[in-house]
Amino acid sequence: MSHRIRDFPGGIHPPQRKSISTLSPISEIDLPKRLIIPLQQHIGAPAKALVKVGDHVLKGQKIANAHGFVSTPIHASSSGTVIEIGPRTVQHPSQIDGTCVVIETDGKDQWIDHQGVENPLTATLDDLREHIRDAGITGMGGAGFPTIVKLSPPPKTVIDTLVINAVECEPYITADDMLMRERADEIILGIQIIARLVNPKTILMGIEDNKPEAISAMSEAARKINNGPEITVVTVPTKYPSGSEKQLIQILTGREVPSGSIPAEVGVVCQNTGTAYAVYQAVVKGEPLIQRVTTLTGGAIKNPGNVWARIGTSVAHLLQHAGVDGSQLSRLIMGGPMMGFTLHSTEIPLIKSTNCLIASTEEELPLQNPEQACIRCGTCTQACPMQLLPQQLFWYSRSKELEKVQQYNLSDCIECGACSYVCPSNIPLVQYFRYAKGEIKKQESESVKSDQAKQRFEAREDRLAKEAAAKEAKRKARAEKSAKAKAAKAKKAAEEAAQGTASDAEPANKSDDALKILKTAMAKSTKLWKDAEKALAVAESTAGDEQKEQLEAHRAKVERLKEKAEKAQNAFKAFKEKSSSPITVTPPITNTEKTKDTETSEKQT
Amino acid sequence: MTGVFAILALLVMGAIFGAVLGFASIRFEVDEDPVVDQINSILPQTQCGQCGHPGCKPYAEAIAAGELHNRCPPGGEDTIVELSDLLNRDVIELDEESGEVSEVKKVAIIIEEECIGCTKCIQACPVDAILGAAKKMHTVIEDECTGCDLCLEPCPVDCIILEPVKETQQDWIWTKPNGSDGVPQMISVRTL
Repeated sequence: MSHRIRDFPGGIHPPQRKSISTLSPISEIDLPKRLIIPLQQHIGAPAKALVKVGDHVLKGQKIANAHGFVSTPIHASSSGTVIEIGPRTVQHPSQIDGTCVVIETDGKDQWIDHQGVENPLTATLDDLREHIRDAGITGMGGAGFPTIVKLSPPPKTVIDTLVINAVECEPYITADDMLMRERADEIILGIQIIARLVNPKTILMGIEDNKPEAISAMSEAARKINNGPEITVVTVPTKYPSGSEKQLIQILTGREVPSGSIPAEVGVVCQNTGTAYAVYQAVVKGEPLIQRVTTLTGGAIKNPGNVWARIGTSVAHLLQHAGVDGSQLSRLIMGGPMMGFTLHSTEIPLIKSTNCLIASTEEELPLQNPEQACIRCGTCTQACPMQLLPQQLFWYSRSKELEKVQQYNLSDCIECGACSYVCPSNIPLVQYFRYAKGEIKKQESESVKSDQAKQRFEAREDRLAKEAAAKEAKRKARAEKSAKAKAAKAKKAAEEAAQGTASDAEPANKSDDALKILKTAMAKSTKLWKDAEKALAVAESTAGDEQKEQLEAHRAKVERLKEKAEKAQNAFKAFKEKSSSPITVTPPITNTEKTKDTETSEKQT
Repeated sequence: MTGVFAILALLVMGAIFGAVLGFASIRFEVDEDPVVDQINSILPQTQCGQCGHPGCKPYAEAIAAGELHNRCPPGGEDTIVELSDLLNRDVIELDEESGEVSEVKKVAIIIEEECIGCTKCIQACPVDAILGAAKKMHTVIEDECTGCDLCLEPCPVDCIILEPVKETQQDWIWTKPNGSDGVPQMISVRTL
């Protein structure tokens, strides 16, 4: 109890209004006829439905599976039949429908087979993690971050302190308070299970000094621990927002979580009391998270108090249980008055992180007065627990200067609403900040998208260029091939011309090309003849008697070659004379014949 | 004598620096005009061609070469202001000939029953966001579609429509408070 506590900058002291809902113990409510269970109840990816319309489900049966690392499974809160899977009005401030599984309960409330681990203090860590993961536990304080992710810190981080958040600093809410009064031992066991996973040196439980009953109950339970690390219950002064994770860590350990990082970086893991109780339920009893304590309060409620509400119970059913004075009701708020939001429908279901439902009268939570000009009083700066400059942030958010607003560390704003609360000009500062944060998010996603489009456009251009190049190369290859074939054919014709009679050569030797071919043919045959003659001479000088016959044959061959060469020479000369004489007119018929020839030759190739 | 030394020294230094500069100009040569890239990064990459160029990059090149920077309707006023900042030019009104600014983001959707599988839209899509083969039904990869509407015109059976992008819980953002006139969405416990 003698743990040294620190203060955090800023903060406010709004009226508590907690006593109205702590007069009676946590009560059970009737089983609703219909349970509307949203698939997105947590931060991260929505869960994926495992059941289909018409399926009969049992209480505690998994109806949706985690989809991705930051996600959790979801379970049926009672037994019954799935009658619908589709978009429904949910708890989102955007009023955009979310996918829900609607179960018509059969009234039997029949459990699925389930069992916890035998001894949670000796079971393997993997076993514990498995139970927590399968139970679909999310942070019960409000944000709804999947608990298992927090309990699986990256391998190299060293956690020396486990902080249990039982501050519950928002006005009206008493869910954690009542739970601690009634289930202290279970919570302590839950904390011990969490501690086994995190392995801290110290465990600190922070409770605000406006909950003396809870403090004594928890201290009592903590004293009973006979093995394992000690749990220190620390009383913290009432101030809003001490229950914010970063502020509580500062109060209990004096450490500040750096901008943009998580508590694990300063060696701290923070869990809510309600979460510790859910961990107890999951590990010891094997029961998934299908119900929670919710505070039903506000001036328009006839019997304010806390209830055990099943996940998926509609707001209307809860209000019916508590009794609402319709003539008094002015606003319905889910969550606390500082960070919650006004509901637009009573068909909205309760989810895992719903800790409070306020039905307020006109007088207790009136609509805000019109916004007036900022008078630069600086009160908001004094109230800000994150030591930001709300005034500057306001100017830049309003004029949508997103770069400036980021320079003033808008991303560190925890949206606690302390600045809006103290503002004498009724400026809804937090709403401006949420707007600016949204715009930044939008801009970022747009820039990601435009980068993607740019890449795809460039890839396409590349591809088209490559395709065009490939086509061009193919065309060239084809042209080359046909040119070669043409040349080969012409050569053949020329050879024929050189070998055969002049008349044979006639059709080919009408052009300059033919002349050239004739010339080469002539040169070739002359060279052949000359070479043969030379070889013969050499052979004659060296050969013996036995090779005489062969020599004779060679001589004859040389004679033939000589004849051919002469023929070629004559043909060339004759053709040259013919073509150079101006009188010679190329007969048109031959010409067409030749064209035909080339055409056929091309076709053949 | 000192005069000669001075001249020699300057000559030697000149030669050394010249060599360094010459080396640097070859070694660190920038192939593309960096301004083009900067302009291109401001343009919205819709690749719609409303500016009269076949894509955002060609338009970026044209702007760098001196063309007016007000021909991008998808970018709207924000883009013009950003470009003016970058290029030190005057902020001018959007060129009306290029088209109108559309406030809502759109996405192309193929009415699949009517698609005849002609592949014409596939060829027209500047970001390859349409999937399909000849005589097979085509479909738009909605995440990749920029809503440029270039696929609408080539479709012979007019089975492509542009629809506003549906807002989801994930991409919804808080609206700007409307100042002095309305009921605020945030809760205040000012008068608690």
